[in-house]
Amino acid sequence: MSGVGIVETRRAVVFEGDRPLVLASGATLPEVEVAYETYGELNAERTNAVFICHALSGDAHAAGLHEGDDPSRPGWWDNIVGPGRPLDTDRFFVICANVLGGCKGTTGPSSIDPATGRPYGLRFPLVQVRDLVEVHRALLAELGIERLLAAVGGSLGGMQALQWAIDHPTEIDGAAIIAASARLSAQNIAFSAVAREAIMRDPDFASGDYYENERRPDAGLALARMIGHITYLSEESMREKFGRRIQDAEVPRFGFDVDFQVESYLHYQGQSFVERFDANTYLYMGRVMDYFDPFEDPVRVQRQISRGETSFLVLSFDSDWRFSTEHARVMASELRGAGAPVTFQEISSPHGHDSFLFADPPEYHRTVAGFLDRLARQRGIG
Amino acid sequence: MRPDLDVVADLVGSGLRVLDLGCGDGALLEDLIERRGCTGLGVERELDDFHACIARGVPVTQGDLEKELPRFAAGDFDVAVLSLTLQAVSRPDRVLTEMKRVASRLVVSLPNFAHWRLRAALALRGRMPVTDALPYQWYDTPNIHLCTITDFEALAAELDLGVRQRTLIDASGRPVEGLARFAPNLLAERVVYSLVA
Repeated sequence: MSGVGIVETRRAVVFEGDRPLVLASGATLPEVEVAYETYGELNAERTNAVFICHALSGDAHAAGLHEGDDPSRPGWWDNIVGPGRPLDTDRFFVICANVLGGCKGTTGPSSIDPATGRPYGLRFPLVQVRDLVEVHRALLAELGIERLLAAVGGSLGGMQALQWAIDHPTEIDGAAIIAASARLSAQNIAFSAVAREAIMRDPDFASGDYYENERRPDAGLALARMIGHITYLSEESMREKFGRRIQDAEVPRFGFDVDFQVESYLHYQGQSFVERFDANTYLYMGRVMDYFDPFEDPVRVQRQISRGETSFLVLSFDSDWRFSTEHARVMASELRGAGAPVTFQEISSPHGHDSFLFADPPEYHRTVAGFLDRLARQRGIG
Repeated sequence: MRPDLDVVADLVGSGLRVLDLGCGDGALLEDLIERRGCTGLGVERELDDFHACIARGVPVTQGDLEKELPRFAAGDFDVAVLSLTLQAVSRPDRVLTEMKRVASRLVVSLPNFAHWRLRAALALRGRMPVTDALPYQWYDTPNIHLCTITDFEALAAELDLGVRQRTLIDASGRPVEGLARFAPNLLAERVVYSLVA
């Protein structure tokens, strides 16, 4: 059951006209629109804002239901947002925005390039996590918020929270970085490469200019999602969910069609993803993660961290092999090396990388709630 | 704060990078950070204590200190603290060696198993002693490596750890004066050391 009730996605143009977005690469985007949702009320002092940064396939709809939605299908992180939940909407003003380069309302490769009047496609500039953060900040400025109580995110969302705290240490009290990495491993990049190849080798990819065509690179995107999904689950959770069971039958059919339940599940994940996601955005977000390396210049990080007083919470899950606990430990250690106060916990959970989306085991939400509560009390938020 | 932690905090000092192994609810680190200008990190296995640290705003790693210690780099800290925990680890000698690696100074407190009350319980009653300082039964105690002041100082010497300062305390954690200083191994219930490599 959803905690925040009926919500709606709003839009704001945060860069336009004589104020284009200048990216970290130096490239510019003349216009950026952001899709976002908010839950709870901003307090008079404007100190209770908590920003949710979403992961690769997420969107602004983190919690609640849109008008007419199936009540059993609330926003993607509904279990952590709402009255009495860790991101307690009785205390906090919670914001979630679709990322730059996304396909859920924020400017991305499927948006119209004002210069040509056609969708950007691969002419959309490569963006970095820093750019995603700058767009979030522009939205906050639009909302009249100068400072965050916290940024919270899992996976790519955690990367944004980390980058935010490094780039703007005086604007953020706390960063909760969950199931994330500060530097993808060769294995991570390899999986990312295969997913990218799946999309780009699809004959319907048309060099990214498929928006006006009859066919889109659905097969490639579905395959990319299937590969991704394997890395999101743990071996244990796959065994428990599917084992070697046969789909809709007692005995194997012995053939090359989908036979095992796990195959059927991956197919379903791939197909349903195609209906709601853009292949180009998948490529851009993959690259955002591949190139992410916020500790590349440790001297800068140290200088930045020392300018602020941001507290960090770094969480990992023991069954996550996409961003294993080792990724989190390295991140925690690099942050500490830069002088930051870091609390770290590896939580035992069967759900693999996807654990950050689950409410169980309760230890996970207990830690997030405790961290936010401490930040709130420090700011005098009741 | 517990009086014995006051003694530990005094021995730690001010403005230093402190690692508190088995930091409990984080009271010592909070004091060191808030009032003594230290930066700190706790390591705590027990979840309720870990959450108490979060509530205090004390940075903490949740986990087993014997597994976490080897992950720190040499010289990561100025002081490594182990208060009333050495007797509960599986290899006290290795823990001390690791502490020496990650910090240039160690502050260690421990119960003295040669205190006369304990000796009396064993000698006169023939039972494993249960006291205010060691309140457990033999079968449920977490204290698996108890030692005496003499034992500890022998191990410290073996590990090339020099005793820079030693404060004798009673079961309530307050420093003891007078007679205890002449026969510490008989009269001190607990002891806090500042040790240097």
